[in-house]
Amino acid sequence: MTFHPQSAKSEMKKMPTGIEGFDVMTGGGLPCSRMSLLLGSPGAGKTVFALQTLVNGARQLDEPGIFIAFEEDSKRLIENVRTFGWDLGALEDRKLFFLDAHLPADTIQAGQFDLIGLLAAIEAKAKEIGAKRVVFDSIDALLIPLNDPLLERQEILRVHDWFAKTELTGIMTAKDGSSIGAQRYGFMQFITDCVVTIKHQTIDRVSLRTIQIMKYRGSSFAENEFPMVITPFGIDVASIKPNELDYPVSTERISTGVQRLDTMLNGGYYRGSSTLVSGAPGTAKTTLSGAFVEAACQRGEPALYVSFDEAANEVIRNMASVGIDLKTHVDSGLLRMYSAQSVTHSAAEHLVILKSLIAQHRIQCLAIDPLSALLKSGDLPSTLGAVERLLRFAKSSGITIVCTSLLEGVDLEAENTPLQVSTIADTWIQLSYVIQAGERNRALTIIKSRGTQHSNQVRELILSDQGVTLTDVYTAGGEVLMGTLRHEKEQAAQLELVQLEADFELERRAIEVDEGEISSRIETLRRELDSKRTAFRVKERLHEARETQWRAGQDDLQHLRYADSDSLTAPYPQSEGSED
Amino acid sequence: MNTLNDNNNQKESGQVALFIFRLYVAGSAPNSLRAIGNLMDICQEYLPERHQIEIVDVLQDPLRAITDKVLVTPTLIKVAPEPTWSMLGDLSAREKVLLGLGIEICS
Repeated sequence: MTFHPQSAKSEMKKMPTGIEGFDVMTGGGLPCSRMSLLLGSPGAGKTVFALQTLVNGARQLDEPGIFIAFEEDSKRLIENVRTFGWDLGALEDRKLFFLDAHLPADTIQAGQFDLIGLLAAIEAKAKEIGAKRVVFDSIDALLIPLNDPLLERQEILRVHDWFAKTELTGIMTAKDGSSIGAQRYGFMQFITDCVVTIKHQTIDRVSLRTIQIMKYRGSSFAENEFPMVITPFGIDVASIKPNELDYPVSTERISTGVQRLDTMLNGGYYRGSSTLVSGAPGTAKTTLSGAFVEAACQRGEPALYVSFDEAANEVIRNMASVGIDLKTHVDSGLLRMYSAQSVTHSAAEHLVILKSLIAQHRIQCLAIDPLSALLKSGDLPSTLGAVERLLRFAKSSGITIVCTSLLEGVDLEAENTPLQVSTIADTWIQLSYVIQAGERNRALTIIKSRGTQHSNQVRELILSDQGVTLTDVYTAGGEVLMGTLRHEKEQAAQLELVQLEADFELERRAIEVDEGEISSRIETLRRELDSKRTAFRVKERLHEARETQWRAGQDDLQHLRYADSDSLTAPYPQSEGSED
Repeated sequence: MNTLNDNNNQKESGQVALFIFRLYVAGSAPNSLRAIGNLMDICQEYLPERHQIEIVDVLQDPLRAITDKVLVTPTLIKVAPEPTWSMLGDLSAREKVLLGLGIEICS
């Protein structure tokens, strides 16, 4: 693909079509003051494309336009595009002029004619309303009666020169692929500066439209075929901006809606990241996506819940049974539910519808359940392409996306997703069943989470009317237990704990009793000691008194005997208790 | 607007209807000039003195073409008598014009 939008812009003046993807492909739109040829089989969407270009010009750039309807009655045409919500009535006459140019059925042709009069009339009308854009849809009807290739060429050339002269920008639609027209359009393609082909094919019973620029004189362009979808709002072209991989990344964490899962993911999903939840049927993938959008709405962020092959009301009811209240948020308008049958559109079409819903409601959080349903719509490569574009689009717009993928008929142990989205997704959560002791239990593991320290533990996922809870699985002795077995083990452990506590309490009480006894014994002994000491002190005092008395007696005796002090000094008898 | 009036049908005492034509042309484009010439020839030959031709030059009055829903030039409209019809081209296919006028050619 050669594609340099920057340089393309400086090359020539271009008229934006307002169809974003196409303006990206062409680096700005169709060539100004020139005639562009829009080829396509009947029903490919040429008329819608051309009309949308006029409407966008009138509405967004205030460039009035003229639509010359050669084949379809303009009233019917307006009626047909009413569903797109373009509100042509408001634009009509002042900003958008419809000229019915289909020849009456009873018209007789008698000789050669030319388009001089028509072009003069359009030019006058263009001057009157200040038109910049003119659509000829489609000119075949007028050229066929000429019935002469040379004259046709002459008229085509006339139109071509007329655009250059009047500085009007033109789109001329023409049928493609018919052998009759081949020669005519060969010449048209040769003289026009820009040729665009819209293809409408059916691949695997799914209708697919693609748009391709065949040539663009004086400008570079995206040469590939790009998916084109006619959405409820008009045409959308799914081209990828070359710099789309360069988007700002956020470090903000947002809740998954399940507390334990937030913890496992170190705070939740990164804002603007994509998460894939894969698992077998019934493993609560839908519930996880429901919890995510509920959490988003609780934070006040507009969210979109896309359910394929399941009605929105059904989803709301089922979610309510596990304590996830979506209805309140749907009623408040914060949450949009979009449910569709996957097979009704191709993946590219679904993508475009989602993109427009996202833009319309400024969606910040998106859940798609199940993304794998898109596999049913179209061939694998184009589906994968669409899914990849969706994820990239969400990332570049900072939208956090959670999508689920059903693993059906594949080896669950292989942990592999049919969509191969796992390589693009930032976080991959795997839900599975563990069958043990006659029951199935849900297990949750985080296979990867880019840029996040995440738990490597398997958790048991339990659904109740209180919502989703994650429980540690019981791991002991090398075995992992879940469900009833886990419950039993947990109960047993609980009992053991109670027993231990009781035992301890008893022991504590016994010690308390012992302690009391011992301290009372200590008190008794202390008192005994006290009384003994008191008795001793009494005896001591008595002894002192007796000694004093004895010495006094000796002194008196000596004095009476006039005895020599030295000879008569005798020790006081030391014997204890001799007086008692 | 240019009117070529050859309105002398009173001579026919009202038995033959008056043919009123409107021819839309684009200035002096070859097809348009040829159409004027061819129409006048046919009228001279087959409808002498009972025709009326109005010539509208789209280049002079382009918005009229849109109002009258005439798209290609030249276009001939038979305004009267009924039925009215429109005919594209330079009218060089004389048999077709005559057929449209209900005139049989004796060959």
